[in-house]
Amino acid sequence: MDETRFTIGRRALLGGAIATLSAPALLLRAARAEDEPIKIGFPTPLTGPFGAEAKDQVQCAQLAIKQFNAAGGLKGRQAELLVRDDKLNPGEAATRTLELIEKDKVACIVGALSASVQLATNEVTKARGVVYVSISQSDAITAAPDFSRTTFHEALNPHMTAGAVARHVFKPGMKVAILLADYAYGQEMAAGFRRAAEAIGGVDIVLEQKHPFGAADYSTFIPALRAAKADVVCICNFGRDQANSIKQAVDLGLKRQSKIVVPVLLYNQRLAGSADAFEGIIGGSNYYWTIEDRLPAAKAFNDAYRSETNGNTPSDYGAYGYAGVRIVLDAMRRAGSVEPDALVHELEGAHYETYKGPETMRACDHQAVQSVLILDSKAKAAMKTPSDFFDIVAVENGTEKNLRSCADLGHTVAAQ
Amino acid sequence: MSFDLIMAQLFAGVALGAVFVLLSTGLSVIFGMLGVVNFAHGAFFMVGAYAGVFILALTGNFWIALAAVPLLVGAMGLAVERFLVRPLYGRGSDYPLLLTFGLGYVLVEVVRILFGSDGMPFETPELLTGGIDIEGLGYFQTYRLFVIGMTGLLMLCLWLLLERTRYGLIIRAASRDPEIVAVLGVDVRRVFLLVFGLGTGLAALAGLLAAPMRTVNPEMGVTVLIEAFVVTVIGGMGSLLGGAIAGMLVGIVVSLTALFMPEMSTISMFALMALVLLVRPYGLFGRGVLAR
Repeated sequence: MDETRFTIGRRALLGGAIATLSAPALLLRAARAEDEPIKIGFPTPLTGPFGAEAKDQVQCAQLAIKQFNAAGGLKGRQAELLVRDDKLNPGEAATRTLELIEKDKVACIVGALSASVQLATNEVTKARGVVYVSISQSDAITAAPDFSRTTFHEALNPHMTAGAVARHVFKPGMKVAILLADYAYGQEMAAGFRRAAEAIGGVDIVLEQKHPFGAADYSTFIPALRAAKADVVCICNFGRDQANSIKQAVDLGLKRQSKIVVPVLLYNQRLAGSADAFEGIIGGSNYYWTIEDRLPAAKAFNDAYRSETNGNTPSDYGAYGYAGVRIVLDAMRRAGSVEPDALVHELEGAHYETYKGPETMRACDHQAVQSVLILDSKAKAAMKTPSDFFDIVAVENGTEKNLRSCADLGHTVAAQ
Repeated sequence: MSFDLIMAQLFAGVALGAVFVLLSTGLSVIFGMLGVVNFAHGAFFMVGAYAGVFILALTGNFWIALAAVPLLVGAMGLAVERFLVRPLYGRGSDYPLLLTFGLGYVLVEVVRILFGSDGMPFETPELLTGGIDIEGLGYFQTYRLFVIGMTGLLMLCLWLLLERTRYGLIIRAASRDPEIVAVLGVDVRRVFLLVFGLGTGLAALAGLLAAPMRTVNPEMGVTVLIEAFVVTVIGGMGSLLGGAIAGMLVGIVVSLTALFMPEMSTISMFALMALVLLVRPYGLFGRGVLAR
């Protein structure tokens, strides 16, 4: 008994001694945290079929960091981007995100580029109460049960893009066929077209043809689409699937009988695909560089990117990378802090302009209400420069009217 | 579900089958003759497409690329066999398997460094653009018809080479029993070298021919490797005829599944493979002499 008590006493003594001795060191450490860089975790699928878009996102995110640091950072604290390859795999993304939070002690997470991967990332940030700005399209992330008070969605969502394209193209009396990649993104986009078709009225969706994600050959999906004899064919897929499916659909004669539209017309895929295949294809977008003629913010963003990259023009998904990082850095500066609560307070309901004109972070679901551009792919002969891919045929300004209502998304009680 | 649509779908399947035959021939030749599972097949396929982009940019002529690409990448294959694969003969089949597996990754990375990860456009050659619309059967793209013709021609040439020439006799003999052939005074190492070069050249040719149908990107070989394996296994190792029939069969099965159960169209080829292997463990035309 005595012995035991003595042992405990010795441990307590030792513990007390260590605590006393290390107190100054701890204080010093706390003081040093003020000078340590603000770390921003950036998981993105550098390898895999969305690699081109991911690379652009990183490059543009770095630009936002550079501008923040050049402007003095947060009271002198510099920001730093920690890029991690999520390999387009939900499990990998969750692991990397957890590492970024636990090991690297990041202030927030921005990134991910696939509907399912961002949901996995969000699961982790949600559990840890870390701010996450998603820059990939998804309807689910802003709706219950995936939504959380630290979840923000800077990208457009399928409801907005497919809706805008449908409102531009669909007319009562039209027959519409849909080809969709069989995963979250394709399904959400197809649902977006369906909802818009119902709202317009008199639009007949005659066929919904699914294809496996990442298919290399689309020739077997085309006969049914041709047999549907639709006025409009909506191709709902992302990344290389888009370039591949459009090329083959056009090669196999689909464009000769139907107008082909896509919910999101990707800059990089038009770059990797050919002008002839894309000619006349209409799609939505968050950004296309020629909007700089109308918007000073776009001009400033393009010029900054050009000086970084020897005159290249930024892509749509690249711009998301810039905006996602920029809005948290701006919020940090406004709040004078990197604490999640302060960031949520600053971001929620915020009105801001980063690269494309005014945006509002809707308070109930943290969706960035913003414009959708409707683009039409140019013929090869009409291109004035090598990156002169599209005409901006319409701009649908951001309005809550085009979003699903807060109640529809499951936010019956105002968030928190 | 109209009869027209089923017919159109069947034809799409045959056209796709021809592409599968083309994709798998290079793998099948090396596998059948050398017993080497060439995991870099997909990478050589991709390198062929990129070599095509390069030569096309240089000369602007698709036909020059068509002649030069198999030779160029075939030569690369010769070097790979001589310096990497040869030291591993007689050490168990997993050695060259692991080596080519790694080589595939290296090739993909090298292409990423040289050409970027974005992918590149590859226009259909001018002469072969457009197509023929046959009422009731569907629309046939000229280029796909050309690919089917090329595949047929290629299979015929290969068959003639292997079955009707002296070289073919030596190759077949060397694949059956290299020791006896060596004793008879044939340089077996040179035979293996040339067969490996032939196989990689065929993979590259397939890559070049596929480039105008599928976009060119560093990962384009990944699915091809899997498809080629399925076709080779169903057809039976090392059987040219088996490979051709299996390719067509897989094409038609994938196409008809795409019509009735589109979500299953990728999986259908694996289901077919499992079924065939249950009934015929060596594939449709396999001889069952693999265990050497």
